[in-house]
Amino acid sequence: MEWTADQPIIRVREVHKSFGKVEVLRGVSFDVMKGEVVCIIGPSGSGKSTLLRLINALVSVDSGSVQVAGVEVHDLKLDKIALRGKVGMVFQQYNLFPHMTVMQNLMLGPLCVLKKPQAEAESHARRLLARVRLEAKADAYPGQLSGGQQQRVAIARALMMDPDVILFDEVTAALDPEMVKEVLVTIRELAQDGMTCLIVTHEMGFARGIASVVLFTDHGIIVERGKPQEIFDSPSDARTREFLSQILH
Amino acid sequence: MKDFGRIPAWGVAAVGVGAVLFISVAHAMATAATDQLGIWQQVWGWTPLILFGPPGVLGGMTLNILISFLAMVIGTMTGVLLGILQLAPAQIVRRTAWGMTQFFRNSPWLVLLFFAMLLLPFELRFGGLRVPVPDWLKATLGLALPVMANLSEVTRGAIRSIPEGQWESCEALGLTRFQTYSRVILPQCVKRMMPPWMNWYALLTMATPLVSIVGVSDAVALTRDALAASGRSDLLIPMYLWLLLWFGLYCYPIALWTQRMERRFAVIS
Repeated sequence: MEWTADQPIIRVREVHKSFGKVEVLRGVSFDVMKGEVVCIIGPSGSGKSTLLRLINALVSVDSGSVQVAGVEVHDLKLDKIALRGKVGMVFQQYNLFPHMTVMQNLMLGPLCVLKKPQAEAESHARRLLARVRLEAKADAYPGQLSGGQQQRVAIARALMMDPDVILFDEVTAALDPEMVKEVLVTIRELAQDGMTCLIVTHEMGFARGIASVVLFTDHGIIVERGKPQEIFDSPSDARTREFLSQILH
Repeated sequence: MKDFGRIPAWGVAAVGVGAVLFISVAHAMATAATDQLGIWQQVWGWTPLILFGPPGVLGGMTLNILISFLAMVIGTMTGVLLGILQLAPAQIVRRTAWGMTQFFRNSPWLVLLFFAMLLLPFELRFGGLRVPVPDWLKATLGLALPVMANLSEVTRGAIRSIPEGQWESCEALGLTRFQTYSRVILPQCVKRMMPPWMNWYALLTMATPLVSIVGVSDAVALTRDALAASGRSDLLIPMYLWLLLWFGLYCYPIALWTQRMERRFAVIS
């Protein structure tokens, strides 16, 4: 099925996922259109991270369907590598490769997976480093960078694969407060440039400012969905209200 | 081991062994008949044989070192592979690798050595070509087996100590399992495997005298033969102490290097 821009770039339908006896996702459905910034909020254990990991097939579905750009993610014959070229991911713990320099971290994907020539990968890496304002750190090792800098490198590393969608899994949760802003600014710039983003976050102010859609999840289902003003200012579900009253103080 | 001020403990031990040697040699010299060759000259006389083996033949201490090198190389290559296979996706591969590791790890080295000597062929035939397999080579393979099993566990432990996030981000980038191992996981494992790897080399070196029991002319076997040939019981202690000193001379620098490696690794992590 050829995907066209008027169809959702991500389509999730009735997805169930259990780990052992614990049912983490209990029938989740939503669509994401190209260019949208979707913020997923909710209490811990509500299945947010699992939901993200379904979309790039780090985790498999038990039942239901996930489509990215028209391709069924849960298809057993799926070309996982092609999928991961379309969907990039940035993790809470940055997960940079500590034994490689920043440049080597950035170029590993394009060289090994996309089989790009060295010179092209290098110039692309330098451009992206400039975009996240870290050109000076090109030959540094991750251990020499601050948390915020490492996370920005991680974002650049995801961008190196030219993805259609980027998934952000609580990317500021492990950062000291003074470094959170630099990362949020980077993500905001990405979103304003038109990147489709799925962001799991606890930063409510950020979510409110950047999201086109906010999803509130609890106990494995999407309780409420809407524009940020609707969700934050006038939530319709009692569970949403309770969660927001605990978070926002 | 506790250091005595700036003198390493091994140094003190070496001095102690040297002192005992000197005292026993002096005692023997004092009680020996004047027309017999002195103890010290006797020990010196046997030394080239013990270190290098009979002329024109591979043997003695050089054979111990050669066996330890080869067994370590073979054991490392097979052991690292076995360790990786213990974590393979397919259950049958995992279980087989685990079984092999446990079997060779929990068997006495001397028994494995006997099996190797008995089961390995004494010559290989390729078509009409006959290649003899020398005893020392069979013994090397026999010693490589427990080394393989123990390094398999070292490797498995090192791989499992790499944070899960490294695997996740490799997957998210689309790297194959092979690329993940070769570019990301194993390079990070090398550093953390160095201290136990060097430790196993030291243990292996000190286990090489086992080959003297299965008929290989290593330093210990030649010392034994020399003592039998000379027929003098007052040479026993000096000759074995001399052997100890030579082994210590080889193993001590390795122990020092291991300590330095461990310190370096600890600081960085």
